[in-house]
Amino acid sequence: MTTALTRNPWAGFALRRCWRLLVSLAVLVTASFAMIHLIPGDPVRAALGTTASPALVAAEKHSLGLDQPLLSQYVTFLGNLFRGRLGESISTQLPVSQIISSRLPATLEIAVPAFVLILLTAIPLGMSAAVLTKDGRRRRGELAFTTATGLLGAVPEYLLAVGLVAAFAVALPIFPAASQGGPSSYVLPVLSLTVIPAAVLSRIVRVETLRVLGEDYMRTARAKRLPARLHYLRHALPNLLTSSLTLGGMLFTSLLAGTVLIENVFAWPGLGATIVTAITQKDYPLVQGIVLVYGSASLLITFAVDMALGLADPQSTIRGS
Amino acid sequence: MPHLPSPSVPSSSLLHRLRRTLRTPLGVTALTACIVLAVVAVLGPMLFGAEADRVDTNAIDQGSSMAHLLGTDDLGRDIAARVVVATRLSLELTLQATVIGVVGGLLLGVAPTVLGRRLGRLVTATVGVLVAFPGLLFVLFLATVFGVGSTGAMFAIGVATVPSMARLVQNMTASIAGSDYVAAARILGVGRFRLVSRHLLPNIAEPSALFATQAAAGILLSFSGLSFLGLGVQAPQYDWGRLLNEQLNGIYVNPVAALAPGVAVVLTGLTFGLVGEVFAKASGRRAPLSRQQPPSEQSAMAPAPLPDESAEGALVQVHDLRVGFPDGREAVRGVSLTIGHGEALGLVGESGSGKSLTALALADLVPHPGRVQAAEITFDGHDLRSDPHLGTTLAMVFQDPMASLNPALRVGRQLSEVAEVHLGSTRAQARARAVDRLSAVRIPSAARRARQRPHEYSGGMRQRAVIAMGLMGEPKLVIADEPTTALDVTVQQQVLDLLAEVRTETGAALLLISHDLAVVAQVCERVLVMYAGRIVEDLPVAELVGGAAHPYTRALVGAIPTMTTDPNTELATIPGRPPEPGDADQGCSFAPRCALATDRCRSTRPELVGFDTGRRVACWHPVGAVLPLDVRPVDAEAAS
Ligand code: SF4
Repeated sequence: MTTALTRNPWAGFALRRCWRLLVSLAVLVTASFAMIHLIPGDPVRAALGTTASPALVAAEKHSLGLDQPLLSQYVTFLGNLFRGRLGESISTQLPVSQIISSRLPATLEIAVPAFVLILLTAIPLGMSAAVLTKDGRRRRGELAFTTATGLLGAVPEYLLAVGLVAAFAVALPIFPAASQGGPSSYVLPVLSLTVIPAAVLSRIVRVETLRVLGEDYMRTARAKRLPARLHYLRHALPNLLTSSLTLGGMLFTSLLAGTVLIENVFAWPGLGATIVTAITQKDYPLVQGIVLVYGSASLLITFAVDMALGLADPQSTIRGS
Repeated sequence: MPHLPSPSVPSSSLLHRLRRTLRTPLGVTALTACIVLAVVAVLGPMLFGAEADRVDTNAIDQGSSMAHLLGTDDLGRDIAARVVVATRLSLELTLQATVIGVVGGLLLGVAPTVLGRRLGRLVTATVGVLVAFPGLLFVLFLATVFGVGSTGAMFAIGVATVPSMARLVQNMTASIAGSDYVAAARILGVGRFRLVSRHLLPNIAEPSALFATQAAAGILLSFSGLSFLGLGVQAPQYDWGRLLNEQLNGIYVNPVAALAPGVAVVLTGLTFGLVGEVFAKASGRRAPLSRQQPPSEQSAMAPAPLPDESAEGALVQVHDLRVGFPDGREAVRGVSLTIGHGEALGLVGESGSGKSLTALALADLVPHPGRVQAAEITFDGHDLRSDPHLGTTLAMVFQDPMASLNPALRVGRQLSEVAEVHLGSTRAQARARAVDRLSAVRIPSAARRARQRPHEYSGGMRQRAVIAMGLMGEPKLVIADEPTTALDVTVQQQVLDLLAEVRTETGAALLLISHDLAVVAQVCERVLVMYAGRIVEDLPVAELVGGAAHPYTRALVGAIPTMTTDPNTELATIPGRPPEPGDADQGCSFAPRCALATDRCRSTRPELVGFDTGRRVACWHPVGAVLPLDVRPVDAEAAS
């Protein structure tokens, strides 16, 4: 196997990444199983309240399987997980998988457009900033760009969201302030998710563009006297994309987490709002299910970005891994 | 106790540097912000505590007024006072969570060093898995376990910071633990814990402090986020996040009240950021001092005389070419040269002699901020700087083939675009020509290779691909800047042969830049020798060995490196170093290293003048040359 790996570095890289994904998923599953056992005191009693009768508590414990030995609980949990069963919510008695599948679309409806918008704004913005300020030109413009994006980077998304609501829903009532409705209700949530990561990513893109423009192969491209469009888009863009996405990969998983806060600002009926209610209500099976969804989603995103980079730029990605 | 030298930075010097950084505008701002924050946190609850808790049923949910600057909440309490009072709790919780995160991170980070291999690996792997999860998810998970409330939130956020801190510490200790003095300490039997406390911790103190301030900013934001979600601080206590949570519902009535706690969070976060900057600056990560050199005096010298040969019909005509930089340094100082059609010209000199910049200026590729000036610079009858045909008539071959092809594009694409852009070929035509050119430079199975990316090529193949790129058009001049230096000895000859072949087949002229006289002697017909930004001798290759007139050329020939010599040891036999571009420029630049130097050499610069047929030299005492009378060296002066 070692020889096969040395012969094909890409296969070795893919294998290592798959292994890492599997281990991380195993950790995630085990941690979400362990969660209810880590809670100090009696979690079921806490969930049902002090007024609940001992019989009710015992019945709930039984339905959660908490009266079984730990190992058999774990095996049952894994078995159910493979069949897509995540148990029942304590507060609503609905299957957790059903709650998740009814809430997930609303989250994706703001997360996916935000993801696309981040890429569509940050890359052109960062590249133009780099081209306009390269070689120490336009010092003032450079300062304005780095200050503005730096300040934005210091603002948490939910505060920006509150600011946007104050500005565009209260002061100038253009968009609705809360809850899911027509297309206009998507504007503020998506913007709140987009602006800050886009600012941070455009900073990264600018630095990466400057690095790429200084590379020898860009001098070769200059020697070919290509039109500016080809020079930047064909020769610089692919190179800075791979490196910017490596650095910006974390941004996308944190985008997922950002939806939790944003959904709460806009009373958006997604997973993020659900998990917060579930935590306050001590609805542990529901928390467990949503943690699994968020966790595996971010692991898969990281994995996908890694693999895509490995394919796009085999040499540097694999060497650096 | 064994005493070991440790490269740890004594804390006194850090304090010293901190003190110095604090005097900069950045330091003053950071310090002021910190003091203001501390004063508000300490005095706020004392001065405004009563006001913040006073319930006033007559003044519920009011907008801002003189009595209530930011209005009142649903119990008629003054919001401005509450924002001020909340400072203390917000900071306290942030600091406590930071301490948990930093201490936990240090323990977990140092653990692999102390625990031995197996357990250490396990810890490292665990940390590696944990950092892959987004922070907020981790916080929510822990908040569920620790329970809703400020203590639970503090532990949750603190513990969630541990993995990234541990990762940082692990990376740092791994590099330190591998160093010599730690190895020495191990051999001398220094215990593990002593090793950590005396050798590891002092060395990672600075970066850890930097990380702690950055983490504190993040923790502040997470904490207010958690309180905002209703999972952190619970009523009747309140921090900024809790206030935001309470005021969000009233945003239609009183938007300022909802924004105020948010502004407090952002300003405090920026303060932490500033403190981090101060630490970073004090740790020595500051921008290097720009070495401003005084502009060297523009020597009021006459332009070098035109070459005496008739330059009619030459391919390249350059007169008084200068490449300068904004700080006044001049790397090329008045170079004049001509290249005839089909001629193979060598340009030699040590690194820093200006030969590469001369070549780049001829290709109009001098990088910013270099400035090119020339009395005349024509290529094939056009002014070079406005020649629209440069893309097809001028081919460049650079030194490092590993870096000069674009790693993200297929090689065929990099060739074919030349034909598409400059020759108006269709995609298919251009692709066919690219394959044809690749096989012309003897790249085997060119059609398949054209679809590959450069990393699948060997160094020699890449250089041939670059040459093929130049052959996409109809080159009249090939400029090759150290084309073989970065290649294996075995491949060097192939590339040189290829260049020679290209010349015979296309009739293109060649300008070969090299520090290697052997290479130049093999390929070229005429050689220009550069020293300190000027051409000092212009001679036929045949005269190079034995016939050179300039002492520097003779020294170069004496030190001729063979193909097998390490290029870095070039010219080691000429004592002394060439002058820097910023050095005083008086007399002959070679005088400090010249055995024949006289006072005249040191005071007056010799111009490049012609002698014999087609030869030029810039020297007062050329070796064995018969110079025209007016520049013949004066013997009396030489004797003085
Ligand atoms: S001018 Fe004088 S110092 Fe310069 S090379 Fe000639 S002999 Fe040497």
